Amino acid sequence: MLNYLATRLWQSIVTLILASMVVFFGVRQLPGDPALAMAGEEATPERLAAIREQLGLNESIITQYVKFVGNMVRGDFGQSTRTGAQVTDLVAATLPVTLWLSAYAIVVAVIVGVLLGVIAERFRGRWPEWMANALALIGLSVPNFWLGILAILYLAVAFGLFPASGYVPISRDPFQGIYHLTLPAIILGTSLAAVIMRQTRASMIETMKTDFVRTARAKGLSRPRVLFRYGLRNSLIVVVTIIGLQLGGLISGAVVTERIFALPGFGKLTLDAVFTRDYPVIQAVVLLITVGYILINLAVDILYSVINPRIRVGGKS
Amino acid sequence: MSLPTADAPALLSVRGLEVTFGENPEPVLHSVSFDIRPGERVAIVGQSGSGKSTIIGSILRLLPGDGHITGGSILLDGEDLSRASEQRMRSIRGRRIALVPQDPASNLNPSMRVGAQIADALAASGSRSKAEIDRRVLELMTEAGIPEAERRAKQYPHEFSGGMRQRVLIAIALSREPELLIADEPTSALDVTVQRQILNHLQTLVDAHGTSLLFITHDLGVAADRTDRIIVMSEGRIVEVGTPAEILLSPQEEYTKRLVAAAPTAVAAVRVASASSAVKPGPILEVSHLVKEFKIRGQRGSILKAVDDVSFSVERGTTTAIVGESGSGKTTVARIILGLESATSGTALVDGEGITSSRGRQRRALRRRVQPVFQDPYGSLDPTYSIEKLIDEPLRIFKVGDRRSRQERVAELLDQVALPRTVAQRRPNELSGGQRQRVAIARALALHPELLICDEAVSALDVLVQEQILTLLADLQTELGLSYLFITHDLAVVRQIAHNVVVMKRGRVMEQGATNTVFESPSSDYTRELLSAIPGASLVG
Repeated sequence: MLNYLATRLWQSIVTLILASMVVFFGVRQLPGDPALAMAGEEATPERLAAIREQLGLNESIITQYVKFVGNMVRGDFGQSTRTGAQVTDLVAATLPVTLWLSAYAIVVAVIVGVLLGVIAERFRGRWPEWMANALALIGLSVPNFWLGILAILYLAVAFGLFPASGYVPISRDPFQGIYHLTLPAIILGTSLAAVIMRQTRASMIETMKTDFVRTARAKGLSRPRVLFRYGLRNSLIVVVTIIGLQLGGLISGAVVTERIFALPGFGKLTLDAVFTRDYPVIQAVVLLITVGYILINLAVDILYSVINPRIRVGGKS
Repeated sequence: MSLPTADAPALLSVRGLEVTFGENPEPVLHSVSFDIRPGERVAIVGQSGSGKSTIIGSILRLLPGDGHITGGSILLDGEDLSRASEQRMRSIRGRRIALVPQDPASNLNPSMRVGAQIADALAASGSRSKAEIDRRVLELMTEAGIPEAERRAKQYPHEFSGGMRQRVLIAIALSREPELLIADEPTSALDVTVQRQILNHLQTLVDAHGTSLLFITHDLGVAADRTDRIIVMSEGRIVEVGTPAEILLSPQEEYTKRLVAAAPTAVAAVRVASASSAVKPGPILEVSHLVKEFKIRGQRGSILKAVDDVSFSVERGTTTAIVGESGSGKTTVARIILGLESATSGTALVDGEGITSSRGRQRRALRRRVQPVFQDPYGSLDPTYSIEKLIDEPLRIFKVGDRRSRQERVAELLDQVALPRTVAQRRPNELSGGQRQRVAIARALALHPELLICDEAVSALDVLVQEQILTLLADLQTELGLSYLFITHDLAVVRQIAHNVVVMKRGRVMEQGATNTVFESPSSDYTRELLSAIPGASLVG
């Protein structure tokens, strides 16, 4: 297992170096000039030159990259060219919002998705399956922002069940924090829940046909026990993979969801940075997302081996 | 057919059982009736599709998919199971009727510790405490012949060998001391020596507990050795019922006679082809001092010698069989000869040339002369291809002839393997297992090879079909002067087809020589053990 982790770590570092290159050179291909964006339309050429000098934009692109990597390793992502704030501070302020939102959305999606999937399998060809399928179809086909608007309109404004917008840090008031994030998390998790439901259902249908499930039933086990301990447990491997793959969608979904519910999150920071060509912020954001991806993938791989003992690497075969 | 009469009332009494699947009006079982008395051992023998597994599904009410009982009754001590509620069935499964399933590889939950799976069966009965269950699990494992029960209970199924997994399944089935044990081909996936151990063990346990046994098998030999009464089934009907001696020595029905004649026993008729005179003498294949080492993953420096100094040769126009159990290295030898694997040292020369040492054009030429026929007639044919496309694929790869001539060649090959030409446009899933294996043989013959490597080529087939394929291979040998290297675990098949035999164990050659010599006066203990483990030898011999 240690060997395996070391290999994975090494692979991750290579991925990170590649990602930093793509980010750095990619950002510089964006149309528009950050100095111009900073100084405004009426800036004098002298002012622009001064800003370029200050940002190091006059140096060769290779030198800029080396400096960028050097700073990054020290944890210094520079300053926002737009507001002058430290990028690390900006990230520290917005990241928790998005992390809480995404984590909450995943939890909601897994619970709802897996449950509906199991129900769909258990009641195949009867109305609970049709209901579950219909819900999944809606979750997949109706865009997030539309669902969000409907939710605000009915659940927040008309019935007042949830706050329509606003954010309370969970560290300050856990109850209010979770309460404020509930509606956004449900909206963000909808499409993921739909995908998980469909996968769980398909995977369960396969697993429940296997020999070991029949053997379990021949033992005289109760239906729920067979369903969960034998069926679901072995169906989850596919589901975990799907969750890993879908997280990318979750992050872009978070951008939209944060907009709708006016949450001061990472998504908002990213959007603002892209629109104002705030190089340092964009770089930091994209790199952090990459790191996030790598960590999530690692977590998914480790989860695999927990669920499926056969994948446990380094074990006896 | 007369129903068995006995003093003791039947434990299980099946009357006029009829089962259908889905909307199909044609039943899979036609009015099946039989009894099992307390302590009695009954075998149901039949080929695949005969309905024997459907009987089990009906008794346990675990029919797959949309199968359902449409007629008759299944009386357990007078209670009709065919009408019992699911709730009621749950209290009968495992407690009164238990199942030892067929394939140990697929019948254990891969993500659950072995001990927990046995404990699960015990816990289903409720009443026991956790400590009591744990103790009983170890007891059951030891009883089933699993050493170091305490340590092994914490392991997962993939850490167990096939034989050990089957022992776990036996422990599960016996855990609640059922009155009737249904064993569904419990050892057909295992090597003969392991098979014998497991069956002996199962029999001891069943006898000790006075459990009734319903034994499902395709192997008449196993049925004869192990049971009091044999029920022969074909196409959903009971053909004949009798004691093992009656069935084997004086079968009444035509079908039973054929089954007995084809039974893979060591004394079956020898069908070895006489070498065609057109063939020039000399070896086609020479294997000398072949060694293949594998590094064992996770254990640095340790090496597994899968093939250890193996030497033998195959004469032109003859058949040499390599026989051995799983892990003997027989398949690795075949893969090296086919060039699918490289040897660590030693050589495998086809007509003086080695596939692994040759390159480019020479290697392609060599590949044409050596063709494989694999075990699984389902997995080795691409289901999306038509039969014609499958057979002429090698011709297309080697750019032999034009479209027209290839079509003619396919027709010719279909004739040779005795398939109607009309199958050319059909797909593999429309054919039976035996027909598919004929297609695989036709494909192997397409390029006029000199040597066929048949890796367990008939093991997946029913005995009657197996016999047909072996006859076909023998005919082709006489007709075309082919040489065969036959890889098998089945000694009976060796006796039927091979001129020479090489017995392997753990990578080494234990014994080799002319088939008759090896069978009649084996020189190694291992060969003797293998020969005595062949089921049915006791009765017929």
